[in-house]
Amino acid sequence: MPLEYYLVLSALLFTIGVIGVLVRRNAIIIFMCIELMLNAANLAFVAISRSLGEANGQAGQVFVIFVMAVAAAEVAIGLAIIVSVFKHRQTINVDEVNSLKG
Amino acid sequence: MNAEQILFILFGAVSLIGAVSVISFRHPIYSALSLVVTFFAQAGLFILLGAHFVAAVQVIVYAGAIMVLFLFVIMLLNLGTLSAKGAIGPKLKGFAVILGILLAIEGIYIAVNSANDTAVAAAETATGTTTTYQIGELLFSKYLLPFEVTSLILLAALIGVIVLVKRESQEEN
Amino acid sequence: MENMPLLVLILSSIVKILIIVHLLLVGVMIMIWAERRVSGWMQDRLGPNRVGPQGLLQPVADGLKFMFKEDLIPNHVDKPLYVLAPAMLLIPAFVAVAVVPFGSSITAFGYPIPLQIADINIGILYILAITSLGVYGVVLGAWASNNKYSLLGGLRSSAQMISYELTLGLGIIGILMLTGNTLSLRTIAIEQGAYPWQWNFLIHFPAFLAFTTAMFAETNRLPFDLAEAEQELVAGYHTEYSSMKFAMFFMAEYMNMIVGSAVTVTLFLGGWHFFGLENVGGPVWSGLISFGIFFIKTAIFLFGFIWVRWTLPRFRYDQLMNFGWKFLLPIALTSIVVTGILWITTNSRLVVGIGNAISAFIVVSIVAGLLVMTTPKPAIQESDSGFAPTALDTVE
Repeated sequence: MPLEYYLVLSALLFTIGVIGVLVRRNAIIIFMCIELMLNAANLAFVAISRSLGEANGQAGQVFVIFVMAVAAAEVAIGLAIIVSVFKHRQTINVDEVNSLKG
Repeated sequence: MNAEQILFILFGAVSLIGAVSVISFRHPIYSALSLVVTFFAQAGLFILLGAHFVAAVQVIVYAGAIMVLFLFVIMLLNLGTLSAKGAIGPKLKGFAVILGILLAIEGIYIAVNSANDTAVAAAETATGTTTTYQIGELLFSKYLLPFEVTSLILLAALIGVIVLVKRESQEEN
Repeated sequence: MENMPLLVLILSSIVKILIIVHLLLVGVMIMIWAERRVSGWMQDRLGPNRVGPQGLLQPVADGLKFMFKEDLIPNHVDKPLYVLAPAMLLIPAFVAVAVVPFGSSITAFGYPIPLQIADINIGILYILAITSLGVYGVVLGAWASNNKYSLLGGLRSSAQMISYELTLGLGIIGILMLTGNTLSLRTIAIEQGAYPWQWNFLIHFPAFLAFTTAMFAETNRLPFDLAEAEQELVAGYHTEYSSMKFAMFFMAEYMNMIVGSAVTVTLFLGGWHFFGLENVGGPVWSGLISFGIFFIKTAIFLFGFIWVRWTLPRFRYDQLMNFGWKFLLPIALTSIVVTGILWITTNSRLVVGIGNAISAFIVVSIVAGLLVMTTPKPAIQESDSGFAPTALDTVE
C-alpha cells in the first residue's frame, strides 16, 4: 500500500471537516467537524509513522494518543460552553450568538 | 488486489461516507451517529496500519466517551427542533464547497508529492505490529514531558468545566 | 497456531464461533429461567414450574409469545433509530465474547486448538472498547422513542455508563502491571496459577470489588437500573418497545451479564484453572474439563448477579454518582498507585495484596469521613403536637 493513499484519504476527511465548519451553523455539528479534522490528522500521523519503519516509527502513534487526550479535554470544555450558551440564549446557532454582552 | 487493499477501500469509503453524512444530516443525532461510523472505520484503518493499541483507544475514547457526551448534550438540550433554521444560504454554501474542493486538491497535491515512493508496509509483514509495550515505553521515556503536560491540560479542562457549571448554578440561585 | 494450515484454522474458528454463539443464546434462556426460579426461592415462592421439568421450558414459551406478539411501531417515534437501537445493544454483547478464553486447548486433527475465538494482543482493551458501545443502544432507543420517560432513562444511562466505565478501565490496570507486557486475556488467564491464592482477586481485592461493581452498573441491573427504574420511569428506555424488539433488549441484558462474568472470571478468578484438575485426562478431555471449570466459575458469578439483584434496593441518582466518583474511582486509582509502588520495591505479590487491601480501607475511611463532615445535617423540626420528630418529618 503506497503511503499516498492514506494521506489522500486523510486530506479528504480533513476537507470534509472544513466544509462542515463553513456550511453548518449548529455549534454542536461544527464541533463534530473539528473532531473529524483532528481524526484526519491522526490518520496521517499513524500512516506516516508506519512508513518510517520499526526504528523510529512509533512516535506518530504516541502523538495520536496526545491528540486524543487534548480532544477529550476540548470536548468537555466545549460542550460545557455550549450548554451554558444555550441556557442564556436558548440557541446554539453560531450566527445568533454574536454579541459580547451576555 | 490483495486483502489489504480491499479492506483499505472498504474502510476508506465508509469513513468518507460517514464524514459526508456528518455535515449533510439535518438532525444532530444522525450527524453524531455518522461520526461514530467514521471513527469506527478509522479504527479499522489503524488496525490495517498495525496500530492496534491506537485503534482500541480510538474506539474507547472517541466512540465510547466523546460521542456519548455529544449525544448526552444533544438529548439534554433537545436540539432537534432548533436545527431547521440553522442553515446558511445556497450561494454561501456553494462558495464554501468550492473553497473546500480547492483545499482538497491542495491537500492531495501535497500528499502525493511529499510521499514519493514510500510505501506503508502491510500490517502483518516483516515490520510487525506496534505493541502496547513499545508505545508505553516511548510515552514514559522520550515523551515523558509532553505526557505530563497533557495531564495538566486535562486538569485544566476539569477545573474549567467545574467553574463553568458552578457559575451557572450560582446564578440560578 | 503458527504451523496450523489455513483450512484447519478457518474450520476450527467457524466451529468455535457457532458453539459460542449458541452457548450464549442457550445461556440467556437458562439465565432467564434461573433468575425467576432463584428470585422465587429467595422470596419463598415457587417461580415458574409448569412448562417442562422444573419450568425449564418457560423461556422457550416466553420466546414464542414474544415472536407472535404484534410488532408495534408507534407513530411518534423516529423510525430508523427506533429499529436500529435494539440491535445496537445486542451486537456488542455478541462481539465482545470473541476474545474471551473459555478453556485451555483441545487437540484435534493433530493440532492444538485453543478454546478461544481470537487471541489478540489488545484483548482486554478490545473488551472495554466493545462494551463501551452498548450504551448507544440504550441512548438511541431512549431518544428515538420520543417519550419523556424514555429520554430521562437514556440521559441517566449515558451519564452512568461514562462514570462507571472509568472504574472499569482503571480496575484492570493493576493486573496488567503484574502480568508480563501484554494485554492478551489468554496470557492473563495463564499467568494465574491453579490455586485460589494465586488468582488476581486476592492480590487486587479492592480493584476486584471496584471492577465488579462497575460491571454491575454497566449491565444496568437492579442496584443500578436507574435507566429503567419502574417506579419512576415506567420502563425507561424500552417503554415504547414491544414484541421481539423488546426481547432483544431483554436478551442483551442477560448477554452482557454472561460476557461480563466470563471476563471477570478470566481476569480475577483464574480463568479455567482449578487445582488438581490441570492435567487430568488426555489432550481432548483436559480441554473439555478446563472449559467445564470456566463454565462453573462463570455460573457461580452469574448466581451472584441474581443474588445481588434480589437483595439490594435501587440507588438514588445522586447516590449512584457519589458512589461511582467518590468511592469506586478513588479505590481503583489508589490500587494502581499502591500496586505500582509495592511491586517495584518488593516484587512480591503477597505484599502487593496486603498493601492494596490496607490502602483501600484507608481511602474508604477518608472519603466516608469527608462525606460525613461536609454533608449538612438535616434540620430536625420541632413538631407542634409535642410528639418526638419521626423519620417522616425529616424527609423532605
